[in-house]
Amino acid sequence: MSFERPLPGPARSLYFRLPEDGVYIVGDHAAQSALELFEGLIQGSRPHLSRAISVVENGAPGAAELLSHAYKARKGAHITGITGSPGVGKSTLVDGIVREMRKAGQTVGIIAVDPSSPFTGGAILGDRVRMGQGHALDEGVFFRSLATRGHLGGLSRHTGDVIALLDAFGFDQIVVETVGAGQSEVDIMKYAHTVVVALAPGLGDDMQAIKAGILEIGDIFCVNKADLPGAERTRRDIEMMLDMKEPAGWRPPVVRAIAVNGEGLGDLVSEIFRHRSYLVASDTLKEKKRWSYTAVLEEYLRLLTVAKVLESAARDGSLDAALDDLMHGKAGPMEAALNLLNKYRT
Amino acid sequence: MSGKIRVLVGKPGLDGHDRGAKVIARAYRDAGMEVIYTGLHRTPEELARMAVEEDVDVVALSILSGAHGTLIPRFIDCFKKEKGTQDLDVLILAGGIIPEEDIPALKTAGVDEVFGPGTSTETIVDYTRSHLKRPVA
Repeated sequence: MSFERPLPGPARSLYFRLPEDGVYIVGDHAAQSALELFEGLIQGSRPHLSRAISVVENGAPGAAELLSHAYKARKGAHITGITGSPGVGKSTLVDGIVREMRKAGQTVGIIAVDPSSPFTGGAILGDRVRMGQGHALDEGVFFRSLATRGHLGGLSRHTGDVIALLDAFGFDQIVVETVGAGQSEVDIMKYAHTVVVALAPGLGDDMQAIKAGILEIGDIFCVNKADLPGAERTRRDIEMMLDMKEPAGWRPPVVRAIAVNGEGLGDLVSEIFRHRSYLVASDTLKEKKRWSYTAVLEEYLRLLTVAKVLESAARDGSLDAALDDLMHGKAGPMEAALNLLNKYRT
Repeated sequence: MSGKIRVLVGKPGLDGHDRGAKVIARAYRDAGMEVIYTGLHRTPEELARMAVEEDVDVVALSILSGAHGTLIPRFIDCFKKEKGTQDLDVLILAGGIIPEEDIPALKTAGVDEVFGPGTSTETIVDYTRSHLKRPVA
């Protein structure tokens, strides 16, 4: 099965953006280098790991083989997501979290996501700027920046796959930093076992705190820049929001931190480890993983179905026919889509 | 393929001026590339590690301190060591205040091109695009 070939005709530019969407190409010639990359990374070669990430991110030949090896070789790292609005200090927090995790003897793989330009597709990936000198050369730390490449939700489309590669490589901890998130960039909950929502004082009152979205997904809240006025207020607003929730097994703690000088980061990492223990003890980890795989499987099914239907429909002209029907008001979009789906489903 | 050109824009050594580096980063971004900016005061060893982890196609080092003759060759040595190959498939560019007479030595050390003050960003972007050393994955 290959979706490599661009479609002929006008449909291509408008609809057929699959390679960019990362549908993987399976082929014999690709399998060998994929295996090589996998064997390199499993033996601890960083250049192999970083090349493997590029292959996966670009949906390059061999990505499917590479990933099927990687998923089978996962070792079960704990995955922590750090999310929050732009400027609350996520990158600085990540730097501190990594330092504390290293102190605890854990190796750490980091994925930091920044947005791509909607105009040019370019990106400035600036999360490394906050990475301290302390672990810049530490063998137990690996850092990779990813651009969103048009994917919404606060992450790169390939975040889950890159996590799998880091996990196969063997890091104890994987930390994922999302783009500066607004209110609804909640994709991180699909991949992270522990979601840390970072906040800073002065970004809204208790009304913000009861809205739906990002504040609902925190397993841990971190009020960063806690030396600024209003930090206590922010903490109280979050506690109030948490008080209104039905008490369940885990009450998200609210940790105060000043990431620039490392204050509170020991506490934050202790809470991450405590959450891990809770997940394991309560068997919620399994549930979470299953739920997360449901989301991932769903995404792949959607991608592959769309690819398959579009390719078939473009090849025999039904795509153009369906577009004509839409243009002339002979069908609604949902009806047209359903017809195409029924025609090519098998 | 759908890959993006990835560029590490780096500031080696004790040099606090990164306006130039940021202008270049921005120009690469506007040309549709993914730019990893390292921040200031990086050692050659750190830059080499970053270039490997980020799997970049291009490394662009900006240096205004006068230490290019030491830092850049050392970066290239470290980079080869980290990558585990003598045969780099990554384009290496230098920019900043680099006297004409220092350029041959840098090129011998493995720098592909040196861009001095006043070079237009178009020139740099075009050069970069047309001198990549490997197909973008």
